[in-house]
Amino acid sequence: MGFKQLINSKKTLSLLAAFVLFGTDRLMAQATAAAADTAAADKSAMWTGVGYYVLLFLVAAFCVAILGKILRVYDLTQQMQGKKGVNWNGVMGICCILFLIAGMYGAYWSLTVQGSMKLPEAASAHGGAIDDMFTTTTILTLIVFVITQICLFGFAFVYRGSDKRKAYFLPHNNTIEKVWTIVPAVVLTILVVFGFFTWQRVENSSEVKGDLNIDVTGHQFAWEFRYPGTDGKLGSLNFRLTTPLNKLGVDFKDRNSFDDISADTLVLPVHQSIRLNIHAQDVIHSVYMPHFRLQQNAVPGLPTFFKFIPTITTAEMRRKTDNPKFEYLLYCNKICGGAHYNMQRVVRVVSQAEYQDWISKQKPYLTDQLKKELHFADNKTAVPAASNRLALNN
Amino acid sequence: MSTLAVHDHGVVHHEDGHEHHHKATFLNTYVFSQDHKYIAKQFLVTGIIMAFIAMSLSILFRIQLAYPDKSFPFLETLLGHFAPGGRLSPDFYMSLVTIHGTIMVFFVLTAGLSGTFANLLIPLQIGARDMASPFVNMLSYWFFFIASLIMLSSFLVQKGPASGGWTIYPPLSALPKAMPGSGMGMTLWLISMTLFIASQLMGGINYISTVLNMRTKGMDLWKMPLTVWALFLTAVLGVLSFPVLVAGVVLLIFDRSFGTSFYLSDIVLGGVPQPYEGGSPILFQHLFWFLGHPEVYIVIMPAMGLSSEVLAVNSRKPIFGYHAMVYSLIGISVLSFIVWGHHMFVTGMNPFLGGVFMITTLIIAVPSAVKTFNWLATLWRGNIRFTPAMLFAIGMVSFFISGGLTGIFLGNAALDINLHDTYFVIAHFHLVMGSAAIFGMLAGVYHWFPKMYRRMMDERLGYLHFWLTFIGAYLVFFPMHFMGLDGVPRRYYAFTEFESMKRWLTVNVFVTWSAIMAGIAQLAFAFNFVYSIFWGKKTVQNPWNANTLEWTAPIEHIHGNWAGEIPTVYRWPYDYSKPGHDEDFIPQTVPFSQTMSSNLPHDFEDNPGGLEEYTKWTNAQKANEAVK
Ligand code: HEM
Ligand SMILES: [Cu+2]
Ligand SMILES: [Cu+2]
Repeated sequence: MGFKQLINSKKTLSLLAAFVLFGTDRLMAQATAAAADTAAADKSAMWTGVGYYVLLFLVAAFCVAILGKILRVYDLTQQMQGKKGVNWNGVMGICCILFLIAGMYGAYWSLTVQGSMKLPEAASAHGGAIDDMFTTTTILTLIVFVITQICLFGFAFVYRGSDKRKAYFLPHNNTIEKVWTIVPAVVLTILVVFGFFTWQRVENSSEVKGDLNIDVTGHQFAWEFRYPGTDGKLGSLNFRLTTPLNKLGVDFKDRNSFDDISADTLVLPVHQSIRLNIHAQDVIHSVYMPHFRLQQNAVPGLPTFFKFIPTITTAEMRRKTDNPKFEYLLYCNKICGGAHYNMQRVVRVVSQAEYQDWISKQKPYLTDQLKKELHFADNKTAVPAASNRLALNN
Repeated sequence: MSTLAVHDHGVVHHEDGHEHHHKATFLNTYVFSQDHKYIAKQFLVTGIIMAFIAMSLSILFRIQLAYPDKSFPFLETLLGHFAPGGRLSPDFYMSLVTIHGTIMVFFVLTAGLSGTFANLLIPLQIGARDMASPFVNMLSYWFFFIASLIMLSSFLVQKGPASGGWTIYPPLSALPKAMPGSGMGMTLWLISMTLFIASQLMGGINYISTVLNMRTKGMDLWKMPLTVWALFLTAVLGVLSFPVLVAGVVLLIFDRSFGTSFYLSDIVLGGVPQPYEGGSPILFQHLFWFLGHPEVYIVIMPAMGLSSEVLAVNSRKPIFGYHAMVYSLIGISVLSFIVWGHHMFVTGMNPFLGGVFMITTLIIAVPSAVKTFNWLATLWRGNIRFTPAMLFAIGMVSFFISGGLTGIFLGNAALDINLHDTYFVIAHFHLVMGSAAIFGMLAGVYHWFPKMYRRMMDERLGYLHFWLTFIGAYLVFFPMHFMGLDGVPRRYYAFTEFESMKRWLTVNVFVTWSAIMAGIAQLAFAFNFVYSIFWGKKTVQNPWNANTLEWTAPIEHIHGNWAGEIPTVYRWPYDYSKPGHDEDFIPQTVPFSQTMSSNLPHDFEDNPGGLEEYTKWTNAQKANEAVK
């Protein structure tokens, strides 16, 4: 009886498949015809492409269906002969252990092959501490990862069910529960304490004498750099003063701004304490310099800072990475619009001497044109009063 | 006492209300149904459809990432001006990521997951006839439905849907000139989300009051299954945190449409200084993540509850450490309100504050770890029955481990400096939230399908679905960790502009094809689901030999769930394989007096009368032995 039904269903199934195949055929033929009409050759190619994948999918689905039917036939014949059918529980248990083995190998492969593609060693003084902490955390978590996954799939395999056994009634065990609450708590406390102090050190960006202040300003979709001149001080900013020539809105009432320098590469003297003054003009951007383990968002209306000491020059890093074209990069890491994916500048770490040489060749921010504009504007409109329009909310 | 009173009232009301509110019409049965079981199915089907849509969006942008230089004329036919020349435009790419994230997090894993299972299981597992307020419950679904339509309709807008990422940080989302998606698309996003939150609140308040007031006789809090605990705490989180997002969204609407500057200050657009002043973009991030972090637990806790139940039933063992499981859920719920700052370590928030958030964040890993260990202990020495639901629950645990461990990196502020907004974060939350929660949800669907549709799903298709999806998800997300460690940022349209990132192209191709494979595997599920609704094998009343109350309700759905009296509950829901009992399960409705041979002193901890009986019985037994 069951068999009869089965044969029937198999017939209908193959009929259906044939029908579907025929259908796709027709569809493709139609599409080709239509394409020929509009004389768009690539259109027809497109539909053949799509049709090809649809067909592939149907074939796969068909194979799965056939396989399913075969398994059912097997199951039924076994049952008719009074034997047990496929023991799916056992099969799934074995799948679990196979997955465990394959998965562990896969994770190992991924960790070694892809893991070796990670960033090279930190090129900043604070980066070393971060990398050490990363290594510690990795080791600890990997141990937990391996043990827990082995338990998970190992138990699933070992304790796969059968009618003969009964499970072990174990509602709780206070001792072991205490152990596995306290042990993670202690380990995490250690990680937190180290992390906390490292974080406080890294984030300390208060200004100290001798810091080289550099202005980094993000806007859609580029970064602007401004270096202080010989006075070592950056002139202050006021966004209301922004004009096509005074792109950053530098306030020239502040004498410190007269000798400021603009640049389009971030050149940094090695072993010098650098303090980035980070601004954004339109939306939030993020200054990301992963080689230095450095990231800080650029927020409109909220200047942020990041202080660090580069320790490896570009030339050295080229040697270390065995890549003569290596460059440090600064790129945007906060979604900021359509061209977010291409908002980068080269960062170059050089010796003090090279730096002095480079900075002396850079153009002043206060160009002759800008001077003219300012002079002209000087007596007409001074800086608009601090606030000529109160925001509605304050 | 109060529980009883309310419950009795419910019965009475039901009895005499029977005549008038029961004229079944097509509309009030199949569309505006107020029956929690039907609303659950509405949430489920809508959630599944939204999941398929969001998944298709992800396949589209994965194609772009794998083949950034290739053109696919097919895409132009499909998407028109969003894919000129057969290549996605950068702005549309952003829209795809944004809407994918929004739909998955909110519409699938919040509404689809909680909506389905809170509706189905809360009344059935605590022994109530329906939700506290069936009408509000119905409204909750329809608000969600309208919100979904509005969210999808943003694809019909000329400039495309919202595109600032699912976190919609202003000023990007506040300034229509900043990107095309910040125009009409963002307006629709905000409207949709406001309706969505209204839906969540109506649902959540209902779930909470139902659990608190409408439990059947004997169902005290410590006899509730973990599913109910999880769904209850999830609802509490939602009710407390979603209103904060409303505040954030309303201020954003003001900034966009009424010229305020809550989030805006010092802005220059296209070289022209704008009049905004005094606002703070960081404020929005605080408001967003005050919801956003509890939200990720709103997503995972129901999945934890469902998996706990499925693991216990199919290991034929009590869940290990029931009390610890409940306390860790409570701990996670409380802590999840004070960790939001870990999403903002590098935003310019005061570094000291960052340090504090780092401490709270790593504390929350402790209850998460306890839950994991308890699940493993539940499997240990079980008698495991691999139903598809069980496999998905095991998969959920595996993903939760893999993704949770990377949380320990990210929660460490110093490490987060370099990892924030890279693919490492993508890997973290797709494993711990995305995959784990989806697997919990699928476990629930396979397990409670017979309760919902009175038929069984096909097991072998379920197996195929599980293995393809499980392997596919790992192949997709595992390599992303290493891209993150190489400083590859998320939300990049292409990696072609960076010499150093080009070497990841082969990995991207691999990931895309894995994603396509996993995506196709979902068709096996869709087929199985639809086919089984109509032609699946008919179910028996308690197909999994489970203890919980829903399996004592008749197979045929009736309004009010149980014909006659609601069953009384005598014991906790996890008496599986109890020694001394002939069967390997004892439903919650079986009194201890019927299971004398398997009772344990522990069963009578807060029941002195019962303990006396028990001692008497054991003494009698002993005496008998002695006589013999
Ligand atoms: C084990 C404990 C966990 C810790 C310590 C942790 C930590 C973190 C941290 C610090 C971030 C921010 C990363 C960044 O943006 O730089 C993050 C992101 C995220 N986490 Fe977790 N997490 C944990 C578990 C979870 C769980 C259980 C879920 C969800 C169920 C989750 C979902 C997310 C999501 C969705 C994001 C990304 C949000 C976005 O930026 O789009 N995490 N996690
Ligand atoms: Cu950007
Ligand atoms: Cu979070």
